[in-house]
Amino acid sequence: MAKLMNARSGGLALLALVMAVSPLGFTNAYYYDVAVGALFNAMICVGLNLLIGYGGQISLGHGAFFALGAYASAIGTSRWGLPPLAALGGGAVLVGLLAFVLARPILRLKGHYLAMATLGIGMIIYIVLKTEAQWTGGPDGMGVDPLALGGFVLATDRHWYWLAAMLLLVVVWLALNLVESPVGRALRAGHGAQIGAEVVGVDTSHYKVLMFVVSAVVASMVGSLFAHKNGFITPDIAGFHRSIELVTMVVLGGMASIYGSVLGAVLLTLLPQVLAGFDDYEAMIFGAIMMGTMIFLPKGLLPSLITQIRKRAGGRS
Amino acid sequence: MRDLMRWGAAAFAALGFASLASGNALAAEPVRIGAFLAVTGPASFLGEPEKKTLEMYVDRLNKQGGVQGRKIELTVYDDGGAPDKAATFAKRLIQSDNVDIIIGGTTTGTSMAAIKIVEPAGVPFISLAGGIDIIEPVKKWVFKTPHTDRMAAEKVFADLHKRGLTKVALISENAGFGKSGHDQSLKVAGNYGIEIVADEVYSPKDPDVTAQLTKIKNTPGVQAIFNFGFGQGPAIVTKNTKQLGITQPLYQSHGVASKDYIRLSGDAADGVRLPAAGLVIADQLAATDPQKPVVSAFKADYETAFKSEVSTFAGHAYDGLQIALSAIMRAGSSDKAKVRDEIEKTSGYVGTGGIVSMSPTDHMGLNLSAFHMVEIVKGDWKMVD
Repeated sequence: MAKLMNARSGGLALLALVMAVSPLGFTNAYYYDVAVGALFNAMICVGLNLLIGYGGQISLGHGAFFALGAYASAIGTSRWGLPPLAALGGGAVLVGLLAFVLARPILRLKGHYLAMATLGIGMIIYIVLKTEAQWTGGPDGMGVDPLALGGFVLATDRHWYWLAAMLLLVVVWLALNLVESPVGRALRAGHGAQIGAEVVGVDTSHYKVLMFVVSAVVASMVGSLFAHKNGFITPDIAGFHRSIELVTMVVLGGMASIYGSVLGAVLLTLLPQVLAGFDDYEAMIFGAIMMGTMIFLPKGLLPSLITQIRKRAGGRS
Repeated sequence: MRDLMRWGAAAFAALGFASLASGNALAAEPVRIGAFLAVTGPASFLGEPEKKTLEMYVDRLNKQGGVQGRKIELTVYDDGGAPDKAATFAKRLIQSDNVDIIIGGTTTGTSMAAIKIVEPAGVPFISLAGGIDIIEPVKKWVFKTPHTDRMAAEKVFADLHKRGLTKVALISENAGFGKSGHDQSLKVAGNYGIEIVADEVYSPKDPDVTAQLTKIKNTPGVQAIFNFGFGQGPAIVTKNTKQLGITQPLYQSHGVASKDYIRLSGDAADGVRLPAAGLVIADQLAATDPQKPVVSAFKADYETAFKSEVSTFAGHAYDGLQIALSAIMRAGSSDKAKVRDEIEKTSGYVGTGGIVSMSPTDHMGLNLSAFHMVEIVKGDWKMVD
């Protein structure tokens, strides 16, 4: 028990330390900008991992929930003059409701069918954002004002970095607690043996719906923040590609590993920036890294690494 | 656990406030030009020739000794057509690569995203995208080289007006370029006494638009059809128009001014009219046309270097680079504010897109004379005026 507590809080402390120290290496606003992008993705992936890693359900539609949050903030603040936090909250509630309504019928599907259904939802949302030009500005996108919290305007990338870092700590902490709670145990039971879990009285579909809603709400809130930070959004953020990217981050980092999701998100956000200098070889190197990881570390980066370390240490955990 | 968390939070806060970004020393040696272009992704057919053009001319200039004895350093990033990536790369160019000027933004979306970065940073930015929102309202540091969709609509309506055709059916793509073109068309139609009697849309991936065209065919009084779109859509519209036996003249926008359009539509393209830049019909321009030597030379350069047909998009990048370099030469330095002022003073620059004369209220500097009305005859362009 003590060890478990240690792993949980110790990990959080390590995460906080890394995020606090990293800016020492940031020489200009561009580094902060990339780092904020990585932290945003990390938050979404932690949420998404609850659904994929713990709930055992795949979603190819989370890019669309992210975009809905972004557009809720954009439309709420610029067209209706709502305060940013109200727009963010309103967007999250709407997305949560939408996810709840959709989840029941969708999560009854399995495997490819589930992936197809979430993919379909993502596509529909993408098309709506693209065509409802009087609201969303159409394919050319719309501008969003910077985030102002009680008179303080988050204008610089450095402000955003500290906000995102604190929020990531909160999200990770909540996710860790959720996973270790009865809800988390029920989820894993359902994932491991659905019939078995149902026989002992676990309402598996209830928990799956819950995780779907939670992960969608996280994506939506991050979307709102993203809209304010970027200052300009287009329907492309709801695209298929974006959803795939998020799932890739989760799988690369390690399914059912909260810290793995953070690692996967950070790596996959940084890689394209690091590789940008390689020009035409960028996609090739990127692909090679992905393939190598999947072949040699099939459980994802973090879980595979931890297993390796434990093996080296003499088979004791 | 409490202790550990408190410790973590304390360390986090303490180091956070302690960290300071260090300033960057400016090494004033080369002229640094940055570009973010959609080299891959759906808009790659625009971004790729743009990148090749920039690289070819920067390379050539460096071999000739650069600008005022200074080498040119070109940094190109591929944004894949995604606005959020474009914003990040714009920031990277400004903050990390310390560029003196930015050329790029292949699409309107990526350009608009970058404007949010370049305006407060105060870096001259020449966009290569069509949307009129980029320069209207005028933004201090933002310029662009391609013609706007509004100009294309005006050119078409002027031609219709000349032919005495006033009742027009509009059919446009419901995405990006077509959408913006549709809105601009509705806005300016009245100025030329044109009445839009039918207004149909299709999606860029529709394999067939006979339904929309049948509706237009059955609308009484249609005298001409005007299609605003990009890529394969206009070719399908052209083919379907012929299949339905519609006899009214068909107009296309400048978005299809490439040989691919003619190849895709086959003989259905015969008789179609569209506005196009001088580059498309380089060999047909009158010998006295000031654009003639410029576009002929550029066409020859591009086609010998890359063994592929030149496109107007490559021309936009060429114009952007030339405008930037001549502004730097006139300014006598790469000081951002001075270069910006000089770009705004660009006057009578003869480029591939037309003759550019900018002003504090016009950051594009092209007028309708930049377009030529072209008719497709037997699979080739024929200049009408």
